[in-house]
Amino acid sequence: MRHGKYPLLLAFLLPPLAIYGYFVVSPYAQTFLVAATDWQGLSPDYNFVGLDNFKRLWHDEYVWNALLHNVWLLLLLPVLTIALSLFLATMLNVGGRGGRGTVRGVRGSGIYKVVYFAPQMLSVSIIGVLWTQIYDPRGGLLNGLLRAVGLDGLAQVWLGDPNFAFWALLAVMVWSNVGFYVVLFGAAMQAVPRDIYEAAALDGAGRTRTLLRITVPLLWDTIQVAWVYLAIIAMDGFAIVQIMTRGGPDFSTDVVGERLYDTSFGESKFGYGSAIGVVMFFLTLSITVLALRVTRRERIELS
Amino acid sequence: MSVQDLSRRSLLRAGVSTAAVAGSAGLLAGCALGDDKSSDNSGNKGTVSEKNPLGVKEDAALEVVVFNGGFGEDYAKAHEAMYKENFPKAEIKHEAVVEISKTLQPRFVDGTPPDVIDNSGAGQIDNGGLVSQNALAELSPLLDAPSLDITGKKVRETLLPGAIETGTFDGKTYILNYAYTVYGLWHSTKLFTDKGWSVPKTWDDHIALCKNIKAAGIAPWTYPGKHPRYMSWPVISTAIKLAGPEVAMAIDNLEPNAWTSDAMKTAADAWYQIVKDKYILDGSAGLDHIQSETEWAKGKVAFVSCGSWLENEIKAVTPAGFNMAVTPTPSLGSGDKLPFEAIRGTAGEPFIVPAKAKNELGGLEYLRTMLSMKGAKDFTGKVSSLTIVSGSADGVQLPPGLTSCVDVLKASGSNGFNWIYNIYYRKLERNLVDAACGEFFGGRSTPAEFLAACQKGADSIASDTTIKKYKRS
Repeated sequence: MRHGKYPLLLAFLLPPLAIYGYFVVSPYAQTFLVAATDWQGLSPDYNFVGLDNFKRLWHDEYVWNALLHNVWLLLLLPVLTIALSLFLATMLNVGGRGGRGTVRGVRGSGIYKVVYFAPQMLSVSIIGVLWTQIYDPRGGLLNGLLRAVGLDGLAQVWLGDPNFAFWALLAVMVWSNVGFYVVLFGAAMQAVPRDIYEAAALDGAGRTRTLLRITVPLLWDTIQVAWVYLAIIAMDGFAIVQIMTRGGPDFSTDVVGERLYDTSFGESKFGYGSAIGVVMFFLTLSITVLALRVTRRERIELS
Repeated sequence: MSVQDLSRRSLLRAGVSTAAVAGSAGLLAGCALGDDKSSDNSGNKGTVSEKNPLGVKEDAALEVVVFNGGFGEDYAKAHEAMYKENFPKAEIKHEAVVEISKTLQPRFVDGTPPDVIDNSGAGQIDNGGLVSQNALAELSPLLDAPSLDITGKKVRETLLPGAIETGTFDGKTYILNYAYTVYGLWHSTKLFTDKGWSVPKTWDDHIALCKNIKAAGIAPWTYPGKHPRYMSWPVISTAIKLAGPEVAMAIDNLEPNAWTSDAMKTAADAWYQIVKDKYILDGSAGLDHIQSETEWAKGKVAFVSCGSWLENEIKAVTPAGFNMAVTPTPSLGSGDKLPFEAIRGTAGEPFIVPAKAKNELGGLEYLRTMLSMKGAKDFTGKVSSLTIVSGSADGVQLPPGLTSCVDVLKASGSNGFNWIYNIYYRKLERNLVDAACGEFFGGRSTPAEFLAACQKGADSIASDTTIKKYKRS
């Protein structure tokens, strides 16, 4: 009766594939088509302009400016997020020392886990609105805290000053992502045999040494996945930027996604906007491939 | 390799090819570029008569979509009821949305837009784009039709001077900007009376007053740092009053060095003083328009730059007896071409009839209803805003801010001025001049750098061959 299962399997698989093809693959393909036109999005009329949009893109300083910010995000977001998550996950899972050389999390780690994971429960729009309020220069929590402890000089117009706005957004992105990777790395650490940590502890390895010499190598696969995810988030960054600053002030927080949106929906240049989308597609694709290549390493057998 | 592996693999392969097929089918079926349904609206024509000068088909359905913002939607329902009185057989579909572009852009592409749209708000469809893509109906049949209730006059003759200018592109009118908006400096007459301050008429008075205000522990100015373009309005106004409306004309026509003209330089230098002398509320750069206006309504700030929608916008936070009033920008000196009273007045709130509307004539007739004296008075009464219909505010009970608008407009008379580069080239004001204003009023650029940044933005629009250019004279 082996062949009897095919109709059933096909019945389950075909509808999702068809839906995926129609709603995901086909718009992607259309973007390539639209990118070669001067379509303005308000009438069915358009002309094919070949590669004109891409030539224009090459000379568009605003796109380059936005791309530069994505590159900064790409360099900083994964490093900061992974470093912070690894540190926190280590403290929560193997940072404490029980009696007789056993290893466990620091005291109160259960509560910390909930606290760290909480941002993950919030949607991006809520995070954006929340932090806009925290950064509010007059009534916001951040400046309020600084002033309360007498550091008035450090209070800033966080999102209104090109010198700080980008870093303020980066901090929000790290904050909103750390929780998830704490849990991810924590789960991976649970899979590492306790006796390895206990042996290290008995041999007198400190926490830093344990983290660098044992945790990181054993979690390499997970870290690699995290790196790729975070790189993709860094190439995007649109949602937070759109909600919090719309790329301002003076384009200091502009990202490629925001440029795409603004060009298409603000200036009504859908052809050009699609060309930006196509470039973004290839950038994200190459970064993913690159990240997977660079981080490839021999797997460590645990048994 | 087991038999099971093999079958799983072939199944996968089958799946992939299915996806490819489905994908290409989708490409043909649901293309975003749309396919021209070239809707034929010639069937929707009725008999022209004295009561029906546009020849609307009496029983043709009418679809109205309005922006649900500061004005709400009740005024539109009232206009629809008036339309229905004249065309009882017509079925009216009413919709009020916030994101006009997200809701209606696909319908424009599809060739099935509604009959009348109030294309307003932050999510509006680029009006210049609609015009350049021939997506709008020309309004001259409406403007040349007799007014609905002002006897003996064409609709065109019942409007305030300059009312249709903002909707006219290369001589043809496509957009009916219905609300009449006054732009100036706003203050609370109560605060000013309590403190014994008077409205500054000259620049020196203004600076002297700012000094007094600051000494009294109040910030003289604030502005929305998230939309700093609000501060470009007083700067340009000051330059126009100094050197005449040609300043605005040059900017609108994207003339070389329009932004770096002597008049603009003098004006920017003057305004730089409120930055240099720290006459701006701390943290303004991080506020949005509502937040900065709220600080003002709380009495922490003396002046804001805004249009006359301000009163409605912050109604909820304005304390009783606040008595807001608008005044023109101060004169730079006795050599100014325009008197102190000259103020920027312009028509806003764009109503459009799509070229592919099913009931295009019904759409025009609906605008004629809005432009009747009855329709305009009803609007002013409901939303506290002036309309472009001349005399429509007479006898209507107006709140303090709007009363001051009527007064300054009367005083300004034929010296009123305006610019429309922001309508021709939305991006220039919303992105480029906006960013330059943020740097300037944030204290990070000099007047010369500020104007150079604006000029650079204007030049980038001028040299962009994909943007349609308009000229006015």
